[in-house]
Amino acid sequence: MKCGVVVFPGSNCDHDCFHILRHVFKLDTEWIWHKDNVNLSKFDLIVLPGGFSYGDYLRAGAIAQFSSVMKEVIQFANSGGIVLGICNGFQVLVEAGLLPGALIQNCTQKFICKTVSLRVENTSTPFSSECLEKSVLSIPIAHHQGSYFIDPEGLNQLEDNQQIVFRYCSSVGEVTDEFNPNGSVNNIAGIVNEGRNVMGLMPHPERCADPAWSNIDGQIIFKSIIKKLHSGASL
Amino acid sequence: MKNSDSNAITSDMIRQHGLTFGEFNRIEDLLGREPNYTELGIFSVMWSEHCSYKSSRYYLKKLPTTGPRVLQGPGENAGVVDIGDGMAVVFKIESHNHPSFIEPREGAATGVGGILRDIFTMGARPIALMNSLRFGAVDHPSTRFLVNGVVDGISNYGNCTGVPTVGGEVYFDSCYNGNILVNVFCIGLIPSDKIFLGNASGVGNPVIYFGSKTGRDGIHGASMASSEFDESSEEKRPTVQVGDPFAEKLLIEACLELMKEDWVVGIQDMGAAGLTCSTFEMAGRAGTGIDLDLSKVPKREEGMTPYEILLSESQERMLVVVKKGMEKKALSLFDKWDLDAAVVGEVTDKPIVRIFDNEREVVNLPVELVVDGALDLKRPIKKPEYLKNLDHVDLAFVSELVRGDDILEKLLLSPNITSKHWVYEQYDHMVRLNTLGLPGSDAAVLRVKGSKKALAMSVDCNSRYCYLSPFVGAQIAVAECVRNIACSGGEPIGLSNCLNFGNPENPEIMWQFEQAVSGMGEACRFFDIPVVSGNVSLYNETLGQAIYPTPTVVVVGLLKDRLHHTTQWFKEDEDLIGLIGLTMEEFGGSEYLNIVCDRVEGLPPQLDLNTAKSVNELCLEFIQKGLLNSAHDCSEGGLAVALAESCLSHPHSPKGAVLNVDSTLRNDAYLFGESQSRILVSFSAKNRLAMETKAKIMGVPFLVMGKVGGDSLVVNINGKEFINGDISNLKKLWLGALETYVR
Repeated sequence: MKCGVVVFPGSNCDHDCFHILRHVFKLDTEWIWHKDNVNLSKFDLIVLPGGFSYGDYLRAGAIAQFSSVMKEVIQFANSGGIVLGICNGFQVLVEAGLLPGALIQNCTQKFICKTVSLRVENTSTPFSSECLEKSVLSIPIAHHQGSYFIDPEGLNQLEDNQQIVFRYCSSVGEVTDEFNPNGSVNNIAGIVNEGRNVMGLMPHPERCADPAWSNIDGQIIFKSIIKKLHSGASL
Repeated sequence: MKNSDSNAITSDMIRQHGLTFGEFNRIEDLLGREPNYTELGIFSVMWSEHCSYKSSRYYLKKLPTTGPRVLQGPGENAGVVDIGDGMAVVFKIESHNHPSFIEPREGAATGVGGILRDIFTMGARPIALMNSLRFGAVDHPSTRFLVNGVVDGISNYGNCTGVPTVGGEVYFDSCYNGNILVNVFCIGLIPSDKIFLGNASGVGNPVIYFGSKTGRDGIHGASMASSEFDESSEEKRPTVQVGDPFAEKLLIEACLELMKEDWVVGIQDMGAAGLTCSTFEMAGRAGTGIDLDLSKVPKREEGMTPYEILLSESQERMLVVVKKGMEKKALSLFDKWDLDAAVVGEVTDKPIVRIFDNEREVVNLPVELVVDGALDLKRPIKKPEYLKNLDHVDLAFVSELVRGDDILEKLLLSPNITSKHWVYEQYDHMVRLNTLGLPGSDAAVLRVKGSKKALAMSVDCNSRYCYLSPFVGAQIAVAECVRNIACSGGEPIGLSNCLNFGNPENPEIMWQFEQAVSGMGEACRFFDIPVVSGNVSLYNETLGQAIYPTPTVVVVGLLKDRLHHTTQWFKEDEDLIGLIGLTMEEFGGSEYLNIVCDRVEGLPPQLDLNTAKSVNELCLEFIQKGLLNSAHDCSEGGLAVALAESCLSHPHSPKGAVLNVDSTLRNDAYLFGESQSRILVSFSAKNRLAMETKAKIMGVPFLVMGKVGGDSLVVNINGKEFINGDISNLKKLWLGALETYVR
């Protein structure tokens, strides 16, 4: 299986994603520079990493969506390829229309970097199949514009289609306002598209997947993807 | 008139440029003619205190700067220390005080930008940032604005560049009401044989400008940083530069890609004094000259004069010299990263910088005169009058305590002691996956990828101690950093300092400076730690009111094995709690005296360097043998606060503790006094005998005092309960206080 990590100008978690895929999971992983016209069909997984693509100017992810590589990513996603957008990657996916909703300023008006608890809401996606239903993962967040917003209609659709994969919660899984770090609607931390092959999430699983740390809760997301791709089953 | 070069220099112009008439006469004598207006501007910045170190250089020579690990000492963009396995670390701390006071967000942000450039200019990948921030009293009307601005600036800039901010310190004291301090530190990692220096060597080699365009911002920033503030300081806001962290990120990646090439000759960033400083310094180091054409410089606005282009401090700009013929390759690399770039000059053999605006020569100056021409000043020194009345603690104001619960709570609420998570959660402290020790323990610890080693770093200065005795205070700053490193499992390998003082023209301030540097030098020599980089910030003074002397110290340490990494919080119920080191009856300069008795007086706690060293050695021995579960340095607030922090700072589950001690000291001194060279540790009971034996052999006081566990923090002295606090209540106080002060 072959992974590609997209590098926009201003991406800064690209090295971390690359490190986890290549050095921890020993996967064949390549950089994809945003200006290169690479055909993505040779890849099985495309990761849009965190960071500040184009300086987050205008709005996080707003400029990156026009980058030439995004045309390829959209095509890759539309033909069923697995795409994981983390943090700024999630913001880019939303801006590019691959996922619904928007990511706005945290309700605290501050950047927040800390480990939070996430409840697994849906285990029947390629990104969460190894998780136990309603289990709780400890994964760090690090963002300024991470408050997920969607109109009530869209929210109903997300809930009805079970597109919400992770919600912010307490360490024992209570989903309440108190444990919502950034003001996201319905505590949403990560969602998939209707086809279940594109996921965006604000928390950083790559920050807790290296065994040099005691917390490796993030590994389960990568393990789910790997299992899915190895099984080769269609979505 | 202002921008014309044909006019004669008037005495007003000389004054406006911050030069003395003596200095101007020296320039005329050595140059053999009167400088033109643009040249006057160049001397103004290059001979400013900020760039020339004219008041401090004489004393700085007394610091130890060499050692077997030192690959590059002071004088370059940053110092370089070997860590073995073919790798080295590059680090430096620098001030951005004056701009941050005038415009906190941009001032602090560009401080981060500047220190990052100092590191990657040497070819190193920046791996971490830290900072030391000092603000006025929490109830001073501008403190909130300044804290929020500075933290936001650092957060925005550091986070965007993808370099984690892994630690630091935040202090509040009314002595900083009129002059806040923003000291920023960066460390980078580099193969030890791939260090780049700022040399313009090789006659005929092209000089390339790259990065952001040059604008009119920041003109005379270096001169601003070389004078006191007064009522009109607000008007200096236009001299503060505006940073673009996105441009900086591109610059980092482009530079690191560039430096893989073997045709890069020398490189330097444009910091204080902008294009002027980098041109003259690069030529100066190589003993060459440079011809520069300002018409080629990428500019943000039309009609800029040579004077403005040369003195602009626009951010995110670099100057590089490459081998002749490689210009195209360099330019195409910069194009890949969407950076402006242009060949702006050429290295020449005569040590003269000639600057042209198209064909017209606007500057013609000998390099040495500009770079090294400023005379070292040996300013007069005099022991300050204020010390006469402060050399003892008046115990009449310090009544003995029956219970200590209230005092502990007050100390945990002190802005100088309370948890700083409100600050560090605004910094991305994890990006790049190296941060083993997150903020909130004694030292930040970073792994070194590809090796089992790790780096520890700690920044510290108790300026109240330095006010009461600059000599001892500076020694304590070094000793505390070293102790923090030891608590985290490492040994010191190098030091960087940022010496923040008032107006050096005042002999009492110069005395503080001389004493602090002497104390620091003695401590560094004793611990065998080379000072490899640093920065001096003088004139931190408003309307004659100087800050406390604040010689901020960063010590970088090395852990032989990252598994030795130890944190400060208690981990297991039933673990024993012990104290390495001796407690004495000392109140001088303590936070207790400050908060509870509202007094700043007495001598700082005694520091015996031999004791300091043996306490650290014992702690490290315990850690390396795997005997400890936690280690925490006792500092502000004394033993009681160290104990509370060990109870409260666990990231998930705070622990209670019960201490039973016998003492002949006053209770308040025992628990809240700040005796030096003490480390609070916790360990499994089965290790007790081995530890006590080892301590005895090494002749270091080691006392088992109590046990981890329960829901309360209890201290019994001589069989009588002195403190009994509910852990969840204490945690709430300790976690919440800072936000209520500054939000």
